[in-house]
Amino acid sequence: MFRNATAICLHLVGPLRGKKSGASLTRCLHQTLTMAKRLQARRLDGIDHSPWVEFVKLASEEADVVNFGEGFPDFSPPEFAVEAFQHAVSGDFMLNQYTKAFGYPPLTKILASFFGKLLGQEIDPLKNVLVTVGAYGALFTAFQALVDEGDEVIIVEPFFYCYEPMTLMAGGRPVFVSLKPSPIQKGEPDSSSNWQLDPMELASKFTSRTKAFILNTPNNPLGKVFSREELELVASLCQQHDVVCITDEVYQWLVFDGFQHISIASLPGMWERTLTIGSAGKTFSVTGWKVGWVLGPDRLMKHLRTVHQNSIDQCATQCQAAVAQSFKREQLHFGQPSSYFVQFPQYIQRCRDHMIQSLQSVGLRPVIPQGSYFLITDISDFKNKMPDLPGAANEPYDRRFVKWMIKNKGLMAIPVSTFISVPHQKFFDHYIRFCFVKGEHGQRVEWRKWKQQKQEEKKKWKDLKMTKKLERQRAQEEQAKRQHEEEAAAQSEERGLVHAVVSALCQDRVREDAPETLMSE
Amino acid sequence: MAKRLQARRLDGIDHSPWVEFVKLASEEADVVNFGEGFPDFSPPEFAVEAFQHAVSGDFMLNQYTKAFGYPPLTKILASFFGKFLGQEIDPLKNVLVTVGAYGALFTAFQALVDEGDEVIIVEPFFYCYEPMTLMAGGRPVFVSLKLSPIQKGEPDSSSNWQLDPTELASKFTSRTKAFILNTPNNPLGKVFSREELELVASLCQQHDVVCITDEVYQWLVFDGFQHISIASLPGMWERTLTIGSAGKTFSVTGWKVGWVLGPDSLMKHLRTVHQNSIDQCATQCQAAVAQSFEREQLHFGQPSSYFVQFPQYIQRCRDHMIQSLQSVGLRPVIPQGSYFLITDISDFKNKMPDLPGAADEPYDRRFVKWMIKNKGLMAIPVSTFVSVPHQKFFDHYIRFCFVKDESTLRAMDQKLQKWKAELMP
Repeated sequence: MFRNATAICLHLVGPLRGKKSGASLTRCLHQTLTMAKRLQARRLDGIDHSPWVEFVKLASEEADVVNFGEGFPDFSPPEFAVEAFQHAVSGDFMLNQYTKAFGYPPLTKILASFFGKLLGQEIDPLKNVLVTVGAYGALFTAFQALVDEGDEVIIVEPFFYCYEPMTLMAGGRPVFVSLKPSPIQKGEPDSSSNWQLDPMELASKFTSRTKAFILNTPNNPLGKVFSREELELVASLCQQHDVVCITDEVYQWLVFDGFQHISIASLPGMWERTLTIGSAGKTFSVTGWKVGWVLGPDRLMKHLRTVHQNSIDQCATQCQAAVAQSFKREQLHFGQPSSYFVQFPQYIQRCRDHMIQSLQSVGLRPVIPQGSYFLITDISDFKNKMPDLPGAANEPYDRRFVKWMIKNKGLMAIPVSTFISVPHQKFFDHYIRFCFVKGEHGQRVEWRKWKQQKQEEKKKWKDLKMTKKLERQRAQEEQAKRQHEEEAAAQSEERGLVHAVVSALCQDRVREDAPETLMSE
Repeated sequence: MAKRLQARRLDGIDHSPWVEFVKLASEEADVVNFGEGFPDFSPPEFAVEAFQHAVSGDFMLNQYTKAFGYPPLTKILASFFGKFLGQEIDPLKNVLVTVGAYGALFTAFQALVDEGDEVIIVEPFFYCYEPMTLMAGGRPVFVSLKLSPIQKGEPDSSSNWQLDPTELASKFTSRTKAFILNTPNNPLGKVFSREELELVASLCQQHDVVCITDEVYQWLVFDGFQHISIASLPGMWERTLTIGSAGKTFSVTGWKVGWVLGPDSLMKHLRTVHQNSIDQCATQCQAAVAQSFEREQLHFGQPSSYFVQFPQYIQRCRDHMIQSLQSVGLRPVIPQGSYFLITDISDFKNKMPDLPGAADEPYDRRFVKWMIKNKGLMAIPVSTFVSVPHQKFFDHYIRFCFVKDESTLRAMDQKLQKWKAELMP
């Protein structure tokens, strides 16, 4: 690329030769140097780093690493979804061509009717629904539509990592508010429901510049499911400050232990200021289809449509057709035991529980999630035992621990500091995130391996202890023996002395007694 | 001080040129659609089978793939296009898979265009270049293709439409960040010659400008013309982003798979946009495209190649449409390539100057609305593809898509015959 300043100068020297003497070469060179074009747009500043790249690369370099880092299932989607896609690519050949820009009509129609019931809202497929490239694309579209230079965006920590760079790329200023764990009884497991926002602190984050509040429930990475009271607090602040709520609800169907997912858009006064984002990938275990959606009032949606028509224009037709058919199937089974939205969370809850036990068996302390694909686990004990793991100067402990774990235990997780703003990372550097939406086989095999390793280590340590004990015993015995010998030697010396003394004494005695005895003969 | 809701980047770009016409066409009964650019026939069997294979095989294809592209796809794009561009292409550093060529364009604009940057756009242009430039804060600078004089009675050809070299050079300033090239061109169908590309190349190098080249129709070239990728010219690989489309390559516009090829020094910035906008593209669509390219790589250059058969078929469709349009007094410009041709409606403008429409509405828009309602045919007014100040120079052209099934072309013939009959005194 033609960016070398000297080259630019040389290019200018030619025409400059003909200039009047007043135009000094120095001034022109200076102008040229300051004028060398910057290549990339400034919107990319500070967002060019990907937190995953390093770990994914490390995991691929090590042999036999089991991936609990990335959030996707490693088992097949439900049969009805697979069949829906097969049907979409084998039927009407016109499905191979463009569909309507804002969404394949059968999909927007069923999203409108399905979620209309859940949100208690009349949803128009044309005005209130936009189909996007995954929920990720939905988030991007929403940020680009609404966030401008100087707008503040409140983000709850820990947060799905893309919210911060998307805010920055749109020129916005992220304002963070942390979920904090309440104290728990010693020995009791921590739960995501213990982690809460401080209402006063939350209220203090809203200013006249606040444009949007990003809600994620169930939360990634923590797994927290916001309660009605918590949502009402957020809702009241959004209304009070005229703030748009962008709610990422991709894990809405993955809720455990009888907790309930509540969509904030269903609360009074919230439909008109909420964008509700969903994901077919997380709904039907088909993350590779990359179909998401936004539901919201037309006055917000029209701006997202503007972004959409100037960024991707439309989404893949057959992927959308498959999602539409999958929703139709679920609509028939909704609320019944045969519903995927009933069966899948039950299965995943078992996977979650299995993982929790396995983590606990190796001394990790998982926070029991109420929902989502993930849990975080406290690694403080390891931080105390092995504080000095290899890594860069300021690298948070959890990142160093994960790298160590990939290399030494063949397991990949994601450091929770990835989901935290840089100034607050030190408060979260003793947590790592695991995805438990993994086949039981994978879980059983790998945890057994770590457990086995741990047992082997334990045995080794035990053997070592035993060896040391024996050595100590032997040493003690030797010492005792030496002591005994010394004592014996000392004793015999003493005895000798005593004997000598006694002998001497005896002899004296004999000499005193001796003349009569000897005379009688 | 009520807060402004939407971001300022949306200013001036919220209007869609299509909506009105698509709506009108759907309201009228029995309208034959030559407006929108997609085939109304089946894709080649090998492509359909590739997609069926992708959704029936390895179940892990239902999950996320690598962010910057499904590896078998980036690998084959690298090897396939490496040969064309005479360049060693690294699948990881020089290839990015996007949501169609549309997504590729957006990613490129967002990566490189900033407030105050100038972007040179050749008119007539694929309509999204202007709003994408504006959304990125850039300033579009237009330079028009102009018709060279033709003999009376001779049909016009897209090769007659040229850029004036002096005018073109004058558009480059110190603020010029990018030059948008589209060859074969939509809507005109022009295929830029080597000499024309060399002129653009030399100006880009002279002014340190990035060339973004939209080559979605690269395989649809007729009459023995040759598509040339500007990235293959000396000194251009390092400053060019070459955009392609699976949709237009394999007649599968609904798969929405596109790509960008370019040097790492540019691509790394596109990757930053990509990872902060969509993160990855649909896996199985990519797998199907990879398999389709693998098939073509085996047949390349042979009569069995889709890249040989398809343009031959489409050229016949083009010729059919040209004849039919001429029979009612429309004057099509014979395109050298692409899905489209534009047709001169001056005679109608003279005969029926006062068609219903808004005050400043360009004639071609009013004509298309009249044609939809009265003749049951839909096309797109070419002023859609021209900057507002220059629309008056192009308001006597409308664009037709001829990549349509025989039955659609026959339906067109019926409409045109009826039209012709109505023209008789």
